[in-house]
Amino acid sequence: MINLEVPKKFRALISQAHQVGNSVFRPISRKYDRSEHAYPVELDMFAAIMDGMNDSTGGVAGAGALKQDKEKDEEGIKNGSNMATVLSLAELCWGDVGLSLTLPRQGLGNAAIAAVADDEQFARFGKKWAAMAITEPGFGSDSAAVRTTAIKDGDDYIINGEKIYVTSGERADCVVVWASVDRSLGRAAIKSFVVEKGTPGMEVVRLEKKLGIKASDTAAITFTDCRVPASNLLGDPEVNVEKGFAGVMQTFDNTRPVVAAMAIGVARASLDRTRQILNSHKIKTNYNAPLQSLTQLQAQLYRYEADWEGARLLTLKAAWMADNGIPNSKEASMAKAKAGRTANAITLGCVEMLGALGYSEDEMLEKWARDSKILDIFEGTQQIQQLIIARRLLGKSSAELK
Amino acid sequence: MGKNLQGTGLAIATRFSGSKFAAKYGLRKPAEKLAYLGTKKGFELVMKQMAKKKKDQPDEKMMLDAPARHTMFDLSLSEEQQMIKDTVRSYAEDVIKGLGHDANEAMNLPETYLQNIMELGLNYFSVPESAGGAATSWSPTTNAIIAEELAWGDFTLAFTTLAPVGVANAIVKWGTASQKEKYLPEYLGESPVMSAIALQEPGAFFNPMKKLSTVATKVKNGYRISGVKTLVPFGGDASLYLVAARYKGNNRLFFVPAGTAGISWDAAPAMGLRAAATGTLTMDNILVGADALLGDKSFDYQAFVDLGQLNWCALAVGACQAALDYLIPYVNEREAFGEPISHRQAVAFMIADIGIELEAMRLMVWRATALAEMGKPFHREAYLAHVLCAEKAMKIGTDAVQLLGGHGFTKEHPAERWYRDLRVLACIHSGLHL
Repeated sequence: MINLEVPKKFRALISQAHQVGNSVFRPISRKYDRSEHAYPVELDMFAAIMDGMNDSTGGVAGAGALKQDKEKDEEGIKNGSNMATVLSLAELCWGDVGLSLTLPRQGLGNAAIAAVADDEQFARFGKKWAAMAITEPGFGSDSAAVRTTAIKDGDDYIINGEKIYVTSGERADCVVVWASVDRSLGRAAIKSFVVEKGTPGMEVVRLEKKLGIKASDTAAITFTDCRVPASNLLGDPEVNVEKGFAGVMQTFDNTRPVVAAMAIGVARASLDRTRQILNSHKIKTNYNAPLQSLTQLQAQLYRYEADWEGARLLTLKAAWMADNGIPNSKEASMAKAKAGRTANAITLGCVEMLGALGYSEDEMLEKWARDSKILDIFEGTQQIQQLIIARRLLGKSSAELK
Repeated sequence: MGKNLQGTGLAIATRFSGSKFAAKYGLRKPAEKLAYLGTKKGFELVMKQMAKKKKDQPDEKMMLDAPARHTMFDLSLSEEQQMIKDTVRSYAEDVIKGLGHDANEAMNLPETYLQNIMELGLNYFSVPESAGGAATSWSPTTNAIIAEELAWGDFTLAFTTLAPVGVANAIVKWGTASQKEKYLPEYLGESPVMSAIALQEPGAFFNPMKKLSTVATKVKNGYRISGVKTLVPFGGDASLYLVAARYKGNNRLFFVPAGTAGISWDAAPAMGLRAAATGTLTMDNILVGADALLGDKSFDYQAFVDLGQLNWCALAVGACQAALDYLIPYVNEREAFGEPISHRQAVAFMIADIGIELEAMRLMVWRATALAEMGKPFHREAYLAHVLCAEKAMKIGTDAVQLLGGHGFTKEHPAERWYRDLRVLACIHSGLHL
């Protein structure tokens, strides 16, 4: 039966994540915004606590738990790990997006491993902190243009190439690298490999200086004759031209709602704080008059809140579909597109509403407005999401609708 | 003798016996057709999941059961909701869609429209079993699904279909026992009951939550009411109005029979809703009976308004879905510079955005209706759903015209009608009730 309320069983999880956002992240949020590339040592202690918290709440949350669930409960409907992850991550990102991104063992590589690893690989890598390395200097959204190669050599693959924009690339225990096993076979030959930190030939060459999420390290990594065991290849090693690179793209169906959730978290931070400040200026919001009867500030706040709710529900829908084994490629992109642009508009709009106060470092609003921008870019830009959605709705191939 | 529940069912079964809907559900044998939707048996099937144990209350008669509580986040329609959705969509596609254009031009309903649509038996879903209907529990979500599918056919015709259903819903939800006894049997009769909720007042900046200008006072034999209502449907032909008025410091609703002395009607055509033949209803010191005040002290005016706004939102979702369904084949077939215009991102991204916002609208509406259904507070959710729907529906209506280019500006295509009809979302607070 149709019901869009978050089930009670997640309350403890949400509350814990909110406490972390409020009591662990917020106090050090500005500190690591100012000192980019400094490692947030507070998080090591916290990571240990979080393992305990995950156990106490059923251990359902986190990037590593993201799977396309096939099992259902007695009612035939499941609210599982995908929903738990988006709910808790939204709370963490209400605290700080950059710090959430640099949480040990919560990398996007962990999501990739959870989505496509076999049992043996999951046992080896499931507990490690895994970053994701896709982008190269020569391409971004066009993932099929991978130039990094992985050439089979006996029981190993030899990886050569350069990856950029690797979130947590310096801090993670391993990196999931996209590389082509045969560049003549096009996108179908793109496979992902787990490369453990310290593997000879892998080198972090640079950390980016960024607009926001400065607490999160963004690395450039080179691979020079970097040898990894063949058993580190995630998914099917065969190149199936028919299937294309559906295997690696499958990861995104799971991670896009996660990024959407991050956007929802930071947008709510801005909305909450702005409402608080407006209230202190006797500008109240109580949902009791048509927009025409209100001041521009009130009306704008309601519009933001409505867009925010819409983004939130689209995100929960995408997670709900994943939890119930329903293909959600289009819906994941809808959630990401709506949440990304909404968070960007809200966080920037809240700065504008409050003028110099919003713009000043005395408030966190200007930081949230900088942090939010990445959420409309990574894991597929706004425009890539629109492209995916449009192709699905119009029944067009990527050759037709470019 | 009027058509009873069984008769209504038979009529529906006949209408749909050859439809693709019947084939979809494997309803080929006559006996099976009768089991589908319309018959008593069919209604039982439709309602079985909603059915709950009867409450043990003295006023149980003509009451709906206590709301169901759901524990999981879930977007699956029940089997019953899916059947109702498919049935109403089928009717919208076969009948309503083809009538929208001419009705708009004629600024009136097709002569037999309201009579014909009685076949759908919508009133039966409102009226409780104990009062002769088929409803066991109130499901604003199911009502929203019905509204969406009707509006997929035509926004304004859906409004006129649901205006009387809204009155029935309001009576069931808020009415006293004697009001239910008095009015509900009419809604189960053979003929449509031309009736409408009249709340909106003319002029700029109308706020339904503020003091209404229409005023009711208690007099010896009933109530005296004076005031003006606008955007009221049915061209003055309605037999009954549910009129909102200020009474003893609160906004309340009153039953006002159209024949009451002192009532006058003036046609007041607007940008859209033209088939509804909208007008203003002027009540000059009219006298209505002692039983005219809807409900008792438990009446919740805020919820009454919210349920109306959510109904408009559901209509908007349906019309926007129709717009998307219309645009997709058009942009795929229309060629420019040697290929379909849908191969251009400028076009394709507008389609993507319609898809995104439409789904957000639907989820917002469902969230609020599901809360209402569970008996939980839903005002904030209804308010925000309306904010989103009013803004995005207008954008979708505008984009529908734009994507069709010059064609969109002509009456050859329904887009200009969506453009005009959907504008009403932000301008009306009246006329419907889930």
